[in-house]
Amino acid sequence: MASSAASPTHAHAASHASEQSGLWSWLTTVDHKRIGILYLYTALFYLLVGGLEATLIRTQLAKPNLSIVSAEFYNQLFTMHGTTMVFLVIMPLSAAFFNYLIPLQIGARDVAFPRLNAFSYWVYALGGLFITLPIFWGLAPNGGWFGYAPLSGPTYSGGYNMDFWVIGLQVLGISSLAAAFNFITTIINMRAPGMTLMRMPMFTWMSFVVQFLVILAFPVITAALFFLQFDRFFGTHFYEVAAGGDPLLWQHLFWVFGHPEVYILILPAFGLVSEVLPTHSRKPLFGYNVMVYSGAMIGFLGFGVWAHHMFSVGMGPVADSIFSLATMLIGIPTGVKIFNWIATMYGGSLRFPTSMKFAIGLIAMFTIGGISGVMHSSPPSDLQQTDTYFIVAHFHYVLYGGAMMGIFAGIYHYFPKMTGRLMSETLGSWQFWLNFIGLNLTFFPMHFSGMLGMPRRIYTYDAGQGWDLFNMMSTVGTYMLLVAGLIFAYNFFRSKKHGEVAGSDPWGAPTLEWSIPSPPPEYNFAQIPEVTSRYPMWDLKAPDRTAGIEHSHPDAEVIAEAHAVPVHEETERGTAKELGIPIPFSTIKPFLVALGIIILFSGLIVLHLGNFPLAMATMLGGGAFMVGSLYAWLTSPLE
Amino acid sequence: MTTATAAAGAHEAHEHTHYTSTGLDNKKIAIWAFIGSECMLFGSLISTYLVYKGRSVAGPFPHEAWTSPTGQVFKPILDIPVTSASTFVLLMSSLFMVLALAAVENKGKPGYEGTLGSSKFWLFATALAGATFLGFQAYEFTSFVHEGLTIRTNLFGSSFFTLTGFHGTHVAVGVLWLMTLLFIDMKRGLGPKDAILVDICALYWHFVDVVWIVIFALVYLIK
Repeated sequence: MASSAASPTHAHAASHASEQSGLWSWLTTVDHKRIGILYLYTALFYLLVGGLEATLIRTQLAKPNLSIVSAEFYNQLFTMHGTTMVFLVIMPLSAAFFNYLIPLQIGARDVAFPRLNAFSYWVYALGGLFITLPIFWGLAPNGGWFGYAPLSGPTYSGGYNMDFWVIGLQVLGISSLAAAFNFITTIINMRAPGMTLMRMPMFTWMSFVVQFLVILAFPVITAALFFLQFDRFFGTHFYEVAAGGDPLLWQHLFWVFGHPEVYILILPAFGLVSEVLPTHSRKPLFGYNVMVYSGAMIGFLGFGVWAHHMFSVGMGPVADSIFSLATMLIGIPTGVKIFNWIATMYGGSLRFPTSMKFAIGLIAMFTIGGISGVMHSSPPSDLQQTDTYFIVAHFHYVLYGGAMMGIFAGIYHYFPKMTGRLMSETLGSWQFWLNFIGLNLTFFPMHFSGMLGMPRRIYTYDAGQGWDLFNMMSTVGTYMLLVAGLIFAYNFFRSKKHGEVAGSDPWGAPTLEWSIPSPPPEYNFAQIPEVTSRYPMWDLKAPDRTAGIEHSHPDAEVIAEAHAVPVHEETERGTAKELGIPIPFSTIKPFLVALGIIILFSGLIVLHLGNFPLAMATMLGGGAFMVGSLYAWLTSPLE
Repeated sequence: MTTATAAAGAHEAHEHTHYTSTGLDNKKIAIWAFIGSECMLFGSLISTYLVYKGRSVAGPFPHEAWTSPTGQVFKPILDIPVTSASTFVLLMSSLFMVLALAAVENKGKPGYEGTLGSSKFWLFATALAGATFLGFQAYEFTSFVHEGLTIRTNLFGSSFFTLTGFHGTHVAVGVLWLMTLLFIDMKRGLGPKDAILVDICALYWHFVDVVWIVIFALVYLIK
């Protein structure tokens, strides 16, 4: 009975091996580490794209009445800058770390569904191209990154531009959802013996919270996008005011998704700095439990504050008060995190490599953005600030000063684990200080230009309104950020080849991922570790630091069942085959399913072109290709 | 023969050594996460329908007759008796699903065989009931279009067809899934070891049924 499932093992044995290289091996890989690296490279590429878009925006706004780009192209630039940075840069950079780190941090050999993981990446990669490439034909989305309907509907955005946005976002949502189901299952079910929930590294914890936000928030925008697609392609009336449609429906649905999305962007960065700070303070994270609870609290409250994005629509005093209060409440768990990080450093024996600089940078910069956030949680204050550059300043402090700083901290911290080599600290220092000065020079003046009344998204402005100096400062700052980015890119690629060899644990860090070689072998752990405390590596190397935290041995039966051994520094370099560890087969099928989805959705563009038979052929062909590939995937053995 | 048995034995041994933190199969956790996510999808679709209830500027309407400006008279659109019948069929399918899972889980156990019928029969019955529901829905949609309500007609049409269409799509996916299981069952037989495959399908199927109960109550029964 089972023999039919077991026999292909021999036929596929040759296709194992992650030491394979070349395009085909990347297209077919199901190794979470390689997929993490794919996410990292793709997202860094889009960081360059989004950064160039920002540079063009700031160049256009450097002085009054410039016309360096056309007004229509400017609309495409600010729409794509926001869309790119949120969906194609920060989320996938976080996903790079989810992929690479979660299995390593919990002592697992892969994620729960390795092929689904590859699928998530390919949907993201193809969806990203779908939404980005149209800019070369002047057809990029142009209705703002939050695509307010009815403006984004067929009546006011009749061209193809918003077609690409609405379809692209729908496709990217599939990627995030599939990944979230995978990581929730991985974290719940694939922890090594003894790795209880309250011993998980903080990055894994924050990622866990984020996956719940994804599975609960993304379906809401999925529904909202389907309505918009149906309005645009099939003539429904969801957002048509003339037919009785509510112009606020989109805003509510979008922000029920959009506010949790803010925490989807920031919590992974919080997790990363919560790994960096204790490591370089050489001291356990202060208030671990409270850090977990406040992360979960931020996620929970994040679903009850969406309408603070909508105070100016006039919801009335009751709704305004409730959403204002809930928004202020979120300041509490967030503040707890800030204070806990500071308390982690307090009395520590501090080191300041680049990752630590970025982590401290996050604490400082995020606090500025957080405080301006509390300012516009108050409706009277928000009514003055909404849709001005003050808001732009606020969310760039939390997303650049917060999320990106945290991600840079994470890249410097984990680069040696991923590549086996250290990044240059000198170049890192240059990058950090240019980033730090550049981001303050770019975004701090926006508080002033915003308070002086400069609206978001305007193409240009007249002189003599007191905005000129602030805009020039922002533009100069943006060029500094561009230089910082180029230094980072140089450092990244140079260090990958010529960096100092790192060894398995260059930082003396406390968690499991540092017990295995850098880069880790394809099976991660030759033997599944038996975890007895929150900081297993410090138990080995610096037991005085962990004397005060809880230790216990897991159930002997569980250890036997998992064939676990006490945590130790692994030096095993044998192949999976030599060690008899089953490894999932490489397969192209997840890529093919992703391709089918893109073809299916592309049919809608053909429909808009007016070629009904070709549209039907594209959609049916894409759908059949998707279903066929899916069946081929599901009926082939995993390992 | 010997090698096949050995391979099968190795395969089984391997499955038994798969350690998980909760002792549950990964698939079971993933399907619950998926269902949680689906709740938000249908929550959004249903909320939108309810928010738009009574806001169409032109008919036809779900529960009231409507005379157009040109004097054409439209009946109330929703046909509760017919939909009650299809709802009954769908609810029965959940019972069949339970029996299909029980048959797979208990296959080969002494004293069970033959007491409640075969898994093939119940999988087929579940899929058939699902297909019957879809047949009712196809009939319903066609007759609404003949009566003058399409997805483009008004807000009611847009939100009604979208909501029930999404549900119908979910039923269709479920039927396909059931037929796939039936195919595997006929090809190599599903036993207690494969119960998880049927289990996750059953969870999905029951969820889709529960959603229909909510839709039937909120869309059809409440005026």
